[in-house]
Order: sequence, then structure tokens, then C-alpha cells
Amino acid sequence: MYKAKVLVKRRPSILDPQGKAVEKGAEHLGLKNIKETRIGKYIEFLVDTDDKSSAENEVNEYCHKLLANPIMEDYEFTLEPASPLASQSKKAK
Amino acid sequence: MKPKFGVVVFPGSNCDHDAYYSLKKVLGFDVVFLWHKDTNLENSDVIILPGGFSYGDYLRTGAIARFSPIMKSVIDFAEKGGYVMGICNGFQILLEAGLLPGVLLKNKSLQFVCKDVYLSVENKDTIFTRGIRSKDKLKFPVAHGEGNYFADEDTLKKLVDNNQIVFKYTSLNGNDDFNPNGSIMDIAGIINKEKNVLGLMPHPERSCDPILGKTDGSLVFNSIASSFLN
Repeated sequence: MYKAKVLVKRRPSILDPQGKAVEKGAEHLGLKNIKETRIGKYIEFLVDTDDKSSAENEVNEYCHKLLANPIMEDYEFTLEPASPLASQSKKAK
Repeated sequence: MKPKFGVVVFPGSNCDHDAYYSLKKVLGFDVVFLWHKDTNLENSDVIILPGGFSYGDYLRTGAIARFSPIMKSVIDFAEKGGYVMGICNGFQILLEAGLLPGVLLKNKSLQFVCKDVYLSVENKDTIFTRGIRSKDKLKFPVAHGEGNYFADEDTLKKLVDNNQIVFKYTSLNGNDDFNPNGSIMDIAGIINKEKNVLGLMPHPERSCDPILGKTDGSLVFNSIASSFLN
């Protein structure tokens, strides 16, 4: 089993009015060095297979067809071995 | 023959009843609701994807609705030349489904915009607009947070070359502030190359009943209907 961590970012050519609005907040906070704030999405999930290349294929398809819209967004992801039991026992606490 | 309209209902649709009411009670057409989990289009001649917030707008507007069971049938129907009209969230779904090109970004103002706008009809040679002869500018309401149409230069060039831009925001009195969302080229609605799938942000179904003070939307639906009569 793998844990996937996906980062979806707006393409550099696409304006990010949300990032701009948030950056206004930084100005109001008195932070003078904050530039080019851009807001993306972080998504994590488990992939229930021990075959890394099939996990990669599935994550790619998930990203390409659903999690990101390739017209306006780019994505990147990492996969690391994970144990579902560990995440369940964390929940139990 | 009168066309039969099918209005798709997604979880979070909220203009489905507006569309049903205008088509059935105001204009007198046959209309059925189509549930998102079904796959049967019930012999509808025209499919309406209504406005709203399908699946809570989670991830991106329209992104999850696109994978509903009914959408597989709608996509097949459209690919065979069936007429499909996406209004507001329905337009967002058509873009996510790849039936129309481009994307809808957050409004330039970052605000949800809810007001009447005026539209110019840029292509009067589609079944959706052929019957619009009497008016140059249509008054429809908009109500959206993500209606800022964007496409890359190649796509825009194709839209222009193939006459796919159907509606643009326009000014009634020469006032500059007529584009409600910052959409590129003031685009409010586009059609696919084959001219059977239309998507637009403004709401023609909320501009049918005279009690609401505007009826230009009925020109669009009557236009569709009259092409079935011929």
C-alpha cells in the first residue's frame, strides 16, 4: 500500500485572483517581502496495491482526469509506502 | 412536432425547477426531470444541464458531476448530434466533460455576481438562436462566482474562425462596466464546432415568465422548438 500526496497548482499563465486577494492581507499585516502568492490544492490518499508502477499509473489517471484540470492546472505527486493499520490506529487515539 | 426537454438533476442543482417551470408552465413544452444516477434520457430531444452547485462545487465546479452515470448518456447523445444546453453550472459541467473547450475561472472581482446583464447574439445561425430576430440585445440574469471564461489563444482563434462564440456580454447604454466576471473577449456563451452543444453563464430560464419583468429567455427556447417544427 502507498500513500499518495498530490499538489495541484494553477498554471503560471493563469491569473490567480484568490492569491492576489490573500496577498493584500499580507500587505495589511505589514509584511513587505511577500510576492506572487498563488493558491493551490493539497490532496492525500492511500493506493491499495504493492506494485509501485501500477500505483503511479492509477494516481496519474486520477490526477489527470479528476483532481486537476490540465487546461488550467499542473500537478505533481509523491508516493511512499504506507500501512493502513497505522492510519487506523492513529484514528483510534 | 414539439421537442421534449430533459432537465438533469444533480445533487446540488438549484435551477432545475426554474428550467422545468419555464419550459412547462410558461412555454408549454413537454419536460421531464432526469436523475443523475439514471442513464435513461427518456427520449428527450433536448437535454438541459441546469444551474446550481452540483456536488457542492467540490474540487472544481462541474468536476464531479461530469462523472455521474447520466453524463455518460448525455455525452453519447451529444456525440451523436443530440441537442444539449448547459446553463451556468451546466456550462461548467460541459467544459469539464470536454464537450466544450476552455475553462471558467473565478470572477475577476472574486465576488459572487447576481444581476441582470445584456447579451449580444454573435451567431444567429444555431438552433438555439435562429429564432431571435426581433432583438439585438437580450436581458438575462447572471448568478455565479466562477463565470470568467478563459481559453488559450489557439482555442480562441478556433472559436472565432468557426463562429462558435454565440453570446457576448454587451453594454446597453455605452456604460463600460458590462462584463460581470472578466471573461476573455466578453464571452458569455459558446457552442461546439458541430453546433449542437451550447453552454452559457446567464440564465435564459429565469427570463421567461413575464412576472419576473423579462422574457428574452423564451426567445432561446422557442427558437429550439421552432427548429423541431420545420
